[in-house]
Amino acid sequence: MAEKEYFSATGNAMVADAMRQCAPDVMAAYPITPQTTIVEAYAKFVADGRVHTEYVPVESEHSALSACIGASAAGARVATATSSQGLTYMYEELHIASGMRLPIVMANANRAISAPINIHGDHSDIMGMRDSGWVMLFAENAQEAYDNTILAFKVAEDPNVLLPVCTALDGFVTTHAMDVCCKEDDETVKEFVGDYHPEFPLLDTDNPTGQGMFGTLGNYYMKTKLIERRANLAALEAFERYGAEWEKITGRPVKALDCYETDDADYIVVVIGSCAGNVRHKVKELRAQGKKVGLVRPRIFRPFPAQQLVEACKGAKAVAVLDRSDSLGAAHGPLALEVRSALQAAGEPILINDYIVGLGGADVTLEHVQQVFDQLEQRVEGTYDGALNYLGIEE
Amino acid sequence: MSQLTEIRWHARAGQGAVTAAKLVADTALLQGNYIQACPEYGPERTGAPLKAYTRVSDEPIQVRNNILNPDIVIVMDDTLLSSIDVIEGIKDDGLVILNTTMSPAEARASIKAPEHVKVYVLDATGIALATIGKDMPNTPLVGALAKVTGMFPAELVKKRFELTNGKKFSRDMIERNFASVDRAYEEVHD
Repeated sequence: MAEKEYFSATGNAMVADAMRQCAPDVMAAYPITPQTTIVEAYAKFVADGRVHTEYVPVESEHSALSACIGASAAGARVATATSSQGLTYMYEELHIASGMRLPIVMANANRAISAPINIHGDHSDIMGMRDSGWVMLFAENAQEAYDNTILAFKVAEDPNVLLPVCTALDGFVTTHAMDVCCKEDDETVKEFVGDYHPEFPLLDTDNPTGQGMFGTLGNYYMKTKLIERRANLAALEAFERYGAEWEKITGRPVKALDCYETDDADYIVVVIGSCAGNVRHKVKELRAQGKKVGLVRPRIFRPFPAQQLVEACKGAKAVAVLDRSDSLGAAHGPLALEVRSALQAAGEPILINDYIVGLGGADVTLEHVQQVFDQLEQRVEGTYDGALNYLGIEE
Repeated sequence: MSQLTEIRWHARAGQGAVTAAKLVADTALLQGNYIQACPEYGPERTGAPLKAYTRVSDEPIQVRNNILNPDIVIVMDDTLLSSIDVIEGIKDDGLVILNTTMSPAEARASIKAPEHVKVYVLDATGIALATIGKDMPNTPLVGALAKVTGMFPAELVKKRFELTNGKKFSRDMIERNFASVDRAYEEVHD
């Protein structure tokens, strides 16, 4: 294999390029900060004739996903991208896309939602879609945003899955920062992703189908949801299978759960997305001082890799969960709820400290991460209670 | 460079700080370093104070938050000094490059530089006006950075500049920017 060419690029540029290489038949999108440069770049690819996608510049996100649903039902490979208020404006279509089992790929630039108005990164927008049936992938950096986007098409179109997939990257920190990246050539991606052969395209007039139909009578609705639940769970195996294939081609590891120094770790931090970088940096530093610390990062959130998480945390004395959004009124943030549920079901009596971090782009510093590791030790010593803590906010 | 070097840029929107942050990163990338570059995003208004960041390292860079303890601070506009503590959090042996017509001693005093922090000055605006023909002090400041840190040779800055802008700029404009790098390399001093 020839030496890889490394270049600098933003996460958004990498997502747009991955989408171009996967060559969807239709893209319908509406620009919103910090997703805008994905849409801009993609529109330019279309205008320059570098990809033969029917590009639909709609007037809103509601229409963007509606157009995607129509095109996907018709039998097309479909992509879109959004963020924040745009994602919330898509809310009703999210469920229609998954309920109709349409393998749409959507990038989300994770961002706070109003009010107050805030354009910066957090997971408040995307965690709102976690019960919608979509598969959700989270990138730590620009390179992963590229790889996840390509994998998203494979997972979505897998016959055991056939669900929409959201490929998420953190607003600004990942979407707009320039990072060292490399990519595979167009042919390699084309071959890996393959052609999309829809099972029941609406436009197949020889075999007419009804889609998005009435499901009110009897248990039809409930049965459909059970099948959909199983399809979503099947996406974990699909992600790992295609991830292994992609890893073979690229040499870049793809794991549902990224584990760093967890084998003998007493103290583990669980975190999703770009914040994991600072945690990994700190783990390296603390390991050099002889501390048994580790990092666990789910790269896929729906379905949740619960079993892998239990395996990774087994033997730890205490775990800290950093949630980048809150579930107001619940005892814990969305990620912490998953972690607790997984460990409780497995009968692992591990102490858990809860944190809400980085809301609205609030900086998560190395000092904050140090505090989290210190408080894990204190929890075991009995001098810290582990209650939900808005990290860095003085009361 | 054996370890992570963190550069914080202070400028006013429109002076090309983000372009400079990226030029430094891309130049370091050309010689095989790992890099990261980003502006601190906020409302974008020409003339408003802004910060931008560049990280350069021999190893993959994991840290992603704002740079709070920079090794190097570059100030593109000395009118910021009255309102912003540009050396906030700077490392004990840090280094500052100021675009100013002040003397090094005056510059030191105006930012209240601690004893072990090195302070360099450059009339980057004057150089930009004389070479590029407009007030874009960013390229000369990257030339000055090459000189005072030895991060990379000035020739590599020029090579990178041409790779990035070769299609966009006329030959004349490329040469003018090269001249600004060369003059900054000669004239930056402490």
